[in-house]
Formats: sequence, C-alpha cells, structure tokens
Amino acid sequence: MSTVPVAKEVSQIRQKTMIADHFKRLSRAKEDGKKVIYTFVPGNLSELLGALDLLPVLPEINALQSGMRGKSAAYIAEAERQGHSEDVCSYVKCDVGMSLSGNIGPTGEKLPPPDALLLSHTGCFTFMKWFELLREQYKCPVIMLHVPYQGDGEITAEMRRYMVEQLRDVVIPALEEIAGKQLDLNELSRRLALSAQAEDDLVRVWEAGKRRPAPIDGYFGGVYYVGPIFSAFRGTEEAVAYYRELREEVEARAARGEGPLTPIGPITNERYRLVVEGPPCWTSFNDFWSMFAKEGAVVVASTYTKVGGLYDTGFRHDPAQPYEALADYCLGCYTNHSLTRRIELLSKYVRDYSADGFLVNSVKSCNSFSVGQLQMMREVEARTGAPGGFIESDLVDSRYFGKANIANRLQSFFQMIDARKARRSA
Amino acid sequence: MSHDPAATPLEKARELVEDLTFSHAKAWKAAHPGGLVVGHLPIYVPRPLFEAMGCLPVTIYGGGDQVDVVRGDSYFQSYICHIPRSTVELGVSGALDGFDAFVFPSTCDVIRNLSGMWKILFPQKAVAYLDMPQNFDAHLGGKFYALELRRIARMLEERGAKALTSAALAAAIEKENERGVLLDQLDSIRRDEPWRVRASEAYVAIRAGTLLPVEEHIALLSELIPAVRQRPARAYDNARVVVVGSFCEQPPPGLIKTLEQSGCDIVSDDFNLGLRAVRGKIEVAPGEDPLVALARAFIDQGTQTACRYVGKAKKGGALVETVKSSRADGVVFLAASFCDPALLDQPMLEAALDEASVPHTSVKFAENTGQFQSVREQAGAFGDSLKLWGAA
Ligand code: SF4
Ligand code: SF4
Repeated sequence: MSTVPVAKEVSQIRQKTMIADHFKRLSRAKEDGKKVIYTFVPGNLSELLGALDLLPVLPEINALQSGMRGKSAAYIAEAERQGHSEDVCSYVKCDVGMSLSGNIGPTGEKLPPPDALLLSHTGCFTFMKWFELLREQYKCPVIMLHVPYQGDGEITAEMRRYMVEQLRDVVIPALEEIAGKQLDLNELSRRLALSAQAEDDLVRVWEAGKRRPAPIDGYFGGVYYVGPIFSAFRGTEEAVAYYRELREEVEARAARGEGPLTPIGPITNERYRLVVEGPPCWTSFNDFWSMFAKEGAVVVASTYTKVGGLYDTGFRHDPAQPYEALADYCLGCYTNHSLTRRIELLSKYVRDYSADGFLVNSVKSCNSFSVGQLQMMREVEARTGAPGGFIESDLVDSRYFGKANIANRLQSFFQMIDARKARRSA
Repeated sequence: MSHDPAATPLEKARELVEDLTFSHAKAWKAAHPGGLVVGHLPIYVPRPLFEAMGCLPVTIYGGGDQVDVVRGDSYFQSYICHIPRSTVELGVSGALDGFDAFVFPSTCDVIRNLSGMWKILFPQKAVAYLDMPQNFDAHLGGKFYALELRRIARMLEERGAKALTSAALAAAIEKENERGVLLDQLDSIRRDEPWRVRASEAYVAIRAGTLLPVEEHIALLSELIPAVRQRPARAYDNARVVVVGSFCEQPPPGLIKTLEQSGCDIVSDDFNLGLRAVRGKIEVAPGEDPLVALARAFIDQGTQTACRYVGKAKKGGALVETVKSSRADGVVFLAASFCDPALLDQPMLEAALDEASVPHTSVKFAENTGQFQSVREQAGAFGDSLKLWGAA
C-alpha cells in the first residue's frame, strides 16, 4: 500500500519494501518454479500456504490498489463490456477487467496466473462467484473451503469439526498436490506462533486508539496497518518485525501526545472521535480521509480493519492446535459474524474508545457488509446514545463517490455531535 | 365460450398465491392445534423435515407487486434487491404475525443478513439461519448439513412442534416424492404440449405448493394435470424458451404473461426453484436414517443454480442440458435487479450458451415492476429471431 503522501515512518518504509519484494517473487514465480495460489483476505490461510512454500495472490488487494492508482474505472468498463452487470460488486469487475487487460499488478509487474484458486468461502457469497469466474478464465482447479456463518453469534463444535475435516481431507491434500510436497505440521505450528506474536502487537496498536488524543487513525491509517497481516505475511518473521516496529512507533507517538499522520499532516486538534463501520472508498481515498482530517475527526476504531481477522476480541492463532486455529480464524472474520454480534462489537467500540459518534460508510458493492447497516445504525445509537451518521460510496467504482453529497452529510453529522456535546456540557 | 376444464384448480392456486395475508396458514393453524407455521425465504428448505414435525412450511417470496413498500424501504439502501424490502414490510405490517418461526437459508448475503435483522425485529419469534453446505461430499458437507437440520428441528421442538421421528420423516419424504412425480408430469406437458398449460399457469400451480401442506398440493396437481390434458389442442407457432435467473425474487405475474404474449413459450424455468432444488426421488435405504437421506439428496441431486457452488461440473452445463432436453430455441435471462448471484452467474452461463450456439437475451426486473412495454418489444424481437433461426 504505497500511494499515500503522508510523512513516512520506518514501519511504512518496511511495509513498502515487503510488498515490493512479494510482487517481485510473484513476477518470477514461474521461472523460480514456485506455485501460485489466489485466495481472499477473509479466511486466508497464509500460514498453511507459507508452510507449503506456495505464493499467495489476493485479488481484493489488487482491486483496491487499482482503485487507488486510478486504474479501476477502465478495468470495470472492460468487465462491463464483457457482459458484467453494473449492479454487482465492483471488486470482482475490477479484478476481471485487470486480468483481461494483461494482469499487471500494483507494482507494474505482471502477475502470474494461478495454479489453483483457494476459495475460502468466508463471510461473502460473492467470493464463490468471483472464483467461478476466474476458474473459467484460467482453467485451473478451485479448492473450496466452506466456512459456516455464525448465524447465532457463536462458533459451535459442529462448525469447527466441519472446518477441521475439510482442511484435513480436502484443502491440505489439494494444496500438497500442487506444492508437490507434504505439509510439515511443525512448520505450520511455527508459523502460527509467529502469527500470534504479530497479532499481539497489532492489538496493542488498535488499543492505542483509546488514548486521548488518539495516536492512530484506526480506519484510514488502519488499512495500512493491516496490509501485511491481511495478505501474504501473516506467519512470517517479516510480519513480526513490522508489527513490533509499528507498535513502538505508535507508543512513542502516544507518549509524545501526538495525533495520527494524515494526508494533510498530523492531527493536532482532535475534535471528533469516531467509530466507522464499512469499507473505505479507494478511488478517492485521500480526498475522503482529508474530509475527516480537516475537521479534526479521528477514527478511533473501525470494523473494516477486522475483515481479515478479529484479534481485539481475543482470538490468536494457536500453534498447539493448528487445524482448529485455522478453522476458528476463518469462522471469526468480521463479516462472518451475525448482525447482533456486529452491533455489540460496534457498541463496545463506541464505549471503550470514548467515541463521540458512529458513522456507516455503506458501499454499493458489498451486500455482505451493507445489508442491515441502517438497522445497525439505529441499534448502536439506541444502545450508546452516540449519534449515528450514514454516507454512501463504493469501493473502486468512482461513479458512486459523490464528494459534495458526502461532505454535506459529514457536516450534518459533525453538527449533530457538536449539539450533543453542547447539551451535555450545558 | 367453452368451459376451461382446468379453471377450478388454477383459480384455487391463484387465490392462494395472491393472498398476502396468508389466511390459508391461519386457517391451517386453527385446524391443527399445536402445529407451527414456519416461514422461510427462498430458495430452498427441505419441506419434509417440517411436515414430519407437524409444521406448515410457507415460502415467503416478499410482497411481489401487491404490497406498497413504505417502512421496508427505510431498512435498505437503494442498491439492494427488492425482496427483502417487501418481506420486512410484510413483517412490520403484521401480515406474518401468525407465523411461529422463520428459517433463512444460505441463499446469498442479503438473506443471510436479513436473518439477523429479523432476529432483532421480531425477538419473540424463533428465527434460524440454515447453512446449506457448499462442500458436496456426503461425509463432510452432508454430515454438516444433517447436523444443521437437527439443529433446526430442535429449535422447532422447543417451540412446541412434534418431536421428529424417523417414521414421520420417512412418510413425509414419501409424500414429497409423490409431489415430485406430479411436478415432472406438469413439466413434461409444458415441454411436449406447451399450449395445454402456459408458464404463467404452471407458475401459480407450483407456487401454491410452497404455501400448502404437501397432501393438498398433491390433490391440486392431481386435479390440474388431467384437466389440462383435456384442453383442446391449438395451432402452435411460438418460440420455445428457457427462463433462468428468477430463483429467488419472483418476477411480477404480468412480466411472465408479457413474455408469453410476445410469442415465447416458456418450456422450462427456475421460478419457485425451492420445490425443484432436489431432482428425482429421495431414496431412503433400508435401515437408513431418513434425515441422512434427505441431506444426501441435497448433496447428490441438487439443482445447479447460482447459489450452489458448481464444484467440478462444467459451469452452464446444466443449462445447456435443459435447453436440449426441453427442445428450447433460446434462453431468456430474467434476473432481479441487484441480484448478485444471478447477475454474476450470467456471463458464465452466456459463455456456455454461446459455445453451444444457443441464442439468449437478458431482461432485468424488480418484483414490483409495472411497465412491460420494453420487455414486450425485446421479447417479441427475440422470439421472432428464434423462429427465423429455427427455420433457417
Ligand atoms: S461483496 Fe463485499 S466482501 Fe464480497 S467480494 Fe465484494 S466487496 Fe468483498
Ligand atoms: S434476489 Fe438475489 S440478491 Fe436478492 S435476496 Fe434473492 S438471491 Fe439474494
């Protein structure tokens, strides 16, 4: 994630190098004899892929990068020319358009075609369609891992067993065949232990948002923080080093009483502390962030940064139970949670992070996130008393980013917060 | 005008389908003290499970074009399909008050999240999300699915339904198989002699079955099928089409009729797919737990649809097969606006049709669409072109 013009901290430079190296490895994969697996962020099995020496490609990350680099409009147009509907998820169209346009990745290097598609069916039905589409395009196998939804807000023994059995009987044998080697369970456990270390530090980073002023922005800044752990690096020494460094930076900023870095400079006058639900709009990411930063609005906690793993409620990859750890990880990603649990989590964030308000950015693309958000907003308002705001945009389809409309709605939202603060101090 | 021998059963079915106060369910409850009415969203739930527990499963297809959505819209953003809006409208307006429980099958993200909304909106009702497997190995997905069904059964039992017994379930499966035979007969009439029963008529006759106890649907179909066979033959010069994409939100009846009036005979479709989500007889082996058999039928005999992972099968292969077996000239894609599963599936199905040289066209709708002029023109032109192609 390399395009934000903020002052660079050491961790950011490290992340940039990590990602560049990964894309280099990918571009050389075929000549190096490496096998490539496309997979999704929620429910990604990075430790397992790493233990089998397989290289992951995450199409959602490519799509969001295309959005940030101004390429998504052309890719979406290409997919729509090929018969894809305007109504459907723009990530899928952006990715399909990118692969039809030469499959050039975010660093300008060509991405290798997949040797298999690992369809971790977690928290979103569109994933299934997406990989069916790519299967047609690349004529490669799909490995399906059906992840049950936490409809009643809990992981049951039956769900876990189903997951473990699929991992053991379907996913691992299929990956072993592609890798041409057997899984070394010790190596998998070693990687899971590294994951847990990085997860500990990431949680410390999130919790820094509870401080006043918050030294981080847990949404706009947060999407950078999750870059390594949501993609190819969970379960690696590089990720451990990155998260240790990031944590130290954040703690140092907190000790100095500094606010987060933003595209318009550091926030020095924290006026609004917000909790945000929903993904950001990548095509206008800096514009979007600046609308908040200009008002001194800091997002102290967000749910989007939990789509690839919800660690701040206690989950850690457990090296002693590798299959169960992978199962629980997949089952526990944010969008695999029931609406009731999502409301509880958001309400907890509002309280624990002393937020002044709660904002939904509802993206057109994503039914998984969006259906129910209006009701969630009312419930969180009722439970916490904090004002709720609602804006709409899209992930990578800039046709749905109405800057003036969003700015107006944000203004009204900030006024609501001001009015509430005035009432409380009166 | 001569009397239509099929008028009575069709009228009965139409009345049921158009009654969005669900008075038949209320009457059923009054006649079956202790019985539960269980509403479910599309596409599919295994009805014999509910019937065996003395429950009446009722498919809720939203409000169609009959309900003014007022409050329902305030729950959903503009870019979400229509069925959840009118379903919430039905719920908050009290039309579903007589229902005891609701099951939301894992059709898509909309229905999945609606299950959570429903729990919050109607805390006094029993509400379950039913996770259908996307792994089609009987020892993995089949086993998990059977456990899911037991979980639902436990929930119903806690609400006062009869305990599930193997004997009752085996008997309910037997009835479901009987219904399946009749549905197959109706399908073959539509295929072989489409003038005897129009798609719009078959539609209400089948949809009535999503509201009725299985015996009553069997009775209705048993009355209808011989009746349509008595209808006089007529000259026939329509294009034969398969309609695909309306497996969840249902097109307004006017839209189906518009397709017919534009010269297209719908010889196969995926409307009301819930009754056809499992094809063929559900076999219970001697000594086998019928619940396991019910789960296995879904695993092994499930209909290919956008909401079911295609596994190793060729994408679109089933559609091409349907076109062939129903001797159709072309395919009309009829998807609800903003229906991600149908619309994401469509390019793959189109590719399979192109490969098999099957012509196709595409129409989008919302359940409450009232204007069909452009569909009439499009379908008319498509039908004409099919006849020309066919003659060439
Ligand atoms: S629908 Fe949402 S979760 Fe699913 S692929 Fe699209 S953006 Fe991702
Ligand atoms: S119409 Fe499509 S998107 Fe809407 S609820 Fe049904 S399957 Fe889901």
